[in-house]
Amino acid sequence: MSTPVTTKPPDTPDSTKPQRSLASRILTRPEFGAIAAAIVIFIFFFSVAAPFRTLPAFGTVLYASSTIGIVAVGVALLMIGGEFDLSAGVAVVTSALVAALTCFQLSLNVWVGVLVSLIVALGVGFLNGYLVVRTGIPSFLITLATFFSLRGINLAVTKGITGTVASDNISELDGFASAKAIFASDIPLGFMNIKITVVWWLLFTALASWILLRTRTGNWIFAVGGNAASARAVGVPVPKVKIGLFMGVGFLCWFYGMHLLFNSASVQSGLGVGNEFRYIIAAVVGGCLLTGGYGSAIGAAIGAFIFGMTEQGIVYAGFNPDWFFTFLGVMLLLAVGVNLYIRNYASTRR
Amino acid sequence: MTDTIEEHADPTLHKGDALVEMQDVGKAFGPIVALEGINLTVRAGEVACVLGDNGAGKSTLIKIISGLHPHTSGTLKVDGQDVKFGSPRDSLDHGIATVYQDLAVVGLMEVWRNFFLGSELRKGKYPLAPLDIAGMRRIADEELKKMGISVKDINQPIGTLSGGQRQCVAIARAVYFGARVLILDEPTAALGVKQSGVVLKYTARARDAGLGVVFITHNPHHAFLVGNHFIILKLGRRVLDKTRDEVTLEELTTEMAGGRELAELSHELRT
Repeated sequence: MSTPVTTKPPDTPDSTKPQRSLASRILTRPEFGAIAAAIVIFIFFFSVAAPFRTLPAFGTVLYASSTIGIVAVGVALLMIGGEFDLSAGVAVVTSALVAALTCFQLSLNVWVGVLVSLIVALGVGFLNGYLVVRTGIPSFLITLATFFSLRGINLAVTKGITGTVASDNISELDGFASAKAIFASDIPLGFMNIKITVVWWLLFTALASWILLRTRTGNWIFAVGGNAASARAVGVPVPKVKIGLFMGVGFLCWFYGMHLLFNSASVQSGLGVGNEFRYIIAAVVGGCLLTGGYGSAIGAAIGAFIFGMTEQGIVYAGFNPDWFFTFLGVMLLLAVGVNLYIRNYASTRR
Repeated sequence: MTDTIEEHADPTLHKGDALVEMQDVGKAFGPIVALEGINLTVRAGEVACVLGDNGAGKSTLIKIISGLHPHTSGTLKVDGQDVKFGSPRDSLDHGIATVYQDLAVVGLMEVWRNFFLGSELRKGKYPLAPLDIAGMRRIADEELKKMGISVKDINQPIGTLSGGQRQCVAIARAVYFGARVLILDEPTAALGVKQSGVVLKYTARARDAGLGVVFITHNPHHAFLVGNHFIILKLGRRVLDKTRDEVTLEELTTEMAGGRELAELSHELRT
């Protein structure tokens, strides 16, 4: 009796596939540096500043973080897609002014202003994106131009219409209460109050993270930032992805602009300048590469949280708040250093 | 042994069928003529080699077939139908896949994400439908194993693989997604001898499975190992067009090295 000879497939080393070690996988996460820094900073302020240890203070820290974090999430996605937006800071104020001026001047329900302003914000994002993909001029320059244009428009149009540098108070208009409930209310948790922006911030971060890691769109965002030519060659619609990312930033600028407006019922037209760097720093500290193709939405949220902690912590600790900017500079430099190391580690042959 | 290529190659391909026919194709960028009067037929089960020095028009030629630049004169037929591609997607939809020398993959993305880039598996048709990540990991892993590419971890960034492995992943991807015509742009240019061998073997397997292959190279030795048909370009024009029976490696090498000009030069230098 003959037994059939079974040919065994050659033993490839894959059968005992050695996974990369846990430490290696954690170290190469884009958020790693930011989480480590956040823990160190938290411990530092917790030990030196007594008021920092109270719950209301923590609520304030979260609120400060959310005001950076909402836009920073969009900026992070844009940076992963390989582009840059310097107009985000003033676009926030443009959105708020458009809503305020539209509904006040025409005596409309505030929701009309909110909607008009959404269209304008998405339009600004679209224009940024369209100019970048159409002309091939670096987004740094295109959005720098948008930044100055919007800054001028904010001041000139506001002064021209109201005669002052601020928009008129819209708290008497119809729909103000419902809009305030959505964009700027306090949520009582019993033991502490938190601003609703904190909830939105966490929600947007979760959504962005889901899009980035679990959807086709996210795959395309990484690809257009990592290697646009290669992405195009396999059929990824690179211009659409980039324009979409700019519009995403526009949407989040609009959202934060609505918060500013409904939090105080009027907006100063000169606000917002300089905030674009805060969003970018939050994204970079959170692990985004300036060159694109790498980063995370959760990282940007942690970057914003570091911002919030430091901004408030310096005050609680009784330090001179002027040092805040120095801290930012040092933080940014450290973050870039860590990110460079992580990228080299992640992309070298092993 | 099961083979990725044979499994996924289109069974309707018959050896010798003309898949892509270029007749008198040219491309001008404004007043500059980059390519002129090119006739090239890519047949199923054959490798058409396009050789040429830097600036000979090789890249322009593949960019026309792969949809990056539309041609400005002549006709391009795919399966007998006149076409003019507006984007790489058009070309892909006709079953033409291009593997570029240096931009085949996105280095910082995981191997499986690269494998499925542009053709991701999703769990639904609606926008933002979740990806079928487990499925994609499994398929990419299986396909690569079948090709004998041992990847430590399918989740590692593809930049950590060797150059030859990256080329093979890109070729396997093109075939897996139903390419009928495969355009390889200098696949061995940046590789060592051993790595080149792996890529050439894989090219031959694609040919034997019935795909039409366009192999762009400036290395006549590599071309002669796998080619059925050879075209040499010089300054945007065709200077040699012969089948394997009509040409020797010496002739290709001499022609590539400059042919008559080289002979003249050596004569000049000797005196």
